[in-house]
Amino acid sequence: MYSEKVMDHFSNPRNMGEIENASGVGTVGNAKCGDIMRMYLDIDEDHIIRDCKFKTFGCGAAVATSSMATELVKGKTIQEALEVTNKAVMEALDGLPPVKVHCSLLAEEAIHAALWDYAEKNHIKIEGLQKPKSDIHEGEEEDNEY
Amino acid sequence: MGKTIYLDNAATTKTAPEVVEAMLPYFTQYYGNPSSIYTAGAEAKKAVNHAREKIAQTLSAAPDEIYFTAGGSEADNWAIKATAESYASKGKHIITSTIEHHAVLHTCQYLEKHGFDVTYIEVDENGIVKLDALEAAIRPDTILISVMFANNEIGTIQPIKEIGEIAKKHGVLFHTDAVQAYGQLPIHVDEYHIDMLSASGHKLNGPKGIGFLYIRKGVKSRSFVHGGQQERGRRAGTENVPGIVGMAAAAERAYAQLKEKTKKESELREYLITRIEKEIPYCRLNGDRKRRLPNNVNFSFRFIEGESLLIMLDMKGICASSGSACTSGSLDPSHVLLAIGLPHEIAHGSLRLTVSEENTIEEMDDVVDAVKGIVERLREMSPLYEDFVKAEKKKS
Repeated sequence: MYSEKVMDHFSNPRNMGEIENASGVGTVGNAKCGDIMRMYLDIDEDHIIRDCKFKTFGCGAAVATSSMATELVKGKTIQEALEVTNKAVMEALDGLPPVKVHCSLLAEEAIHAALWDYAEKNHIKIEGLQKPKSDIHEGEEEDNEY
Repeated sequence: MGKTIYLDNAATTKTAPEVVEAMLPYFTQYYGNPSSIYTAGAEAKKAVNHAREKIAQTLSAAPDEIYFTAGGSEADNWAIKATAESYASKGKHIITSTIEHHAVLHTCQYLEKHGFDVTYIEVDENGIVKLDALEAAIRPDTILISVMFANNEIGTIQPIKEIGEIAKKHGVLFHTDAVQAYGQLPIHVDEYHIDMLSASGHKLNGPKGIGFLYIRKGVKSRSFVHGGQQERGRRAGTENVPGIVGMAAAAERAYAQLKEKTKKESELREYLITRIEKEIPYCRLNGDRKRRLPNNVNFSFRFIEGESLLIMLDMKGICASSGSACTSGSLDPSHVLLAIGLPHEIAHGSLRLTVSEENTIEEMDDVVDAVKGIVERLREMSPLYEDFVKAEKKKS
């Protein structure tokens, strides 16, 4: 079902984890649909992404696209990172099954959400960046289920 | 690749060698058409009749109440559609449950588009159909109640006898999808007041592509497949003789070994449940603890998603299944897990392990160790778990 690259990024995800005091953090997706992605960006004063980490709740494709997205934006300028589209993530992974294309969209949105957070924190405007859809609301408060 | 541990026996089972052995002569030796007059055909016909008798015995039914089909889904389709058509003049109301297999649910939805009214009875948190709601749903125009014998995902066994009694009391026909139960549980059609019952060969170490529908004598049912006079004119088409022979051999084998098989499987099941509950935090056993198929284990693990878990298990040679959306090709997780009240994200993190009598305790140990490690790893990766841990820290 998955390409070798997807399987590789799923089994050995790059940049998985958390950045303490990140410059920007973005969380997208919805637990209801089974995918949540969180991206952490560490951006220096020259607006270059020094580090990028992710955490993902989701299927194999969701993990692989998050992992690939972090690789693609690391070391890039903000403007360059904005050009990392879902298509670019998919191509870098040698494609995804049709039902999993939304995972790559989520990866793009997660980067945008983290950049938006960075722009808000620093009171700057990033050319071409739209306010991300905050889609994550349901199912977060059910901690007393067990 | 090391060895494989197969824990998906609710999906399908290994065809037993003795079943294959019984089938083989009917491919190359007695390949005649059972409808033909010469000896080769007569041999085939004899085998079909014999198989019908053997299967009837397992249900305490009569041979001419057994109709062979291409499997469980066909039997479900037949039972519901043909009954609906045959009894439409009496009424157009059908009662079923929210946790049926799609072969029943989608057939009911199809009938809804064709003028029938369907009531879907809810289940409790363990997946047991609410009997009072079921009885209350019966109307003068109710023609059929269809409730599965045991659930394929969470293994819950329904109070079939009670449902049969309710149906009988109100003069409504009762169909049960016994695809998971047949060969795993003793079934007596008269005692349980079952009018129709669906079963499938490949769930009990028989071949794929064969099943049957039991139809009680006197129940009206129009022809499901039109054509020749096979299956007493109700289901045309040259009989799948090797399949029928294999189905009967599998049924005979399953019921002859039922006691030992149940004992072995429930021991493995209990071992899995006990170890998982003890060793993996934030998990939940889905389905009823007691009224449960001997081979079924179904857990939800919070903060993780099922497909990831399955892929990682597959890498370790473990075959399992999940009710996560990603494994169904839709955005919604299993309708059964939602029906027992699980929130979506917990339903996404479910794992079904269905054992066979061939599995060993050592294999169960390997599986629990694997699941434990994978769940830990996926939680490390999960933003939901991160939020949970942070919220817990704040509390304390």
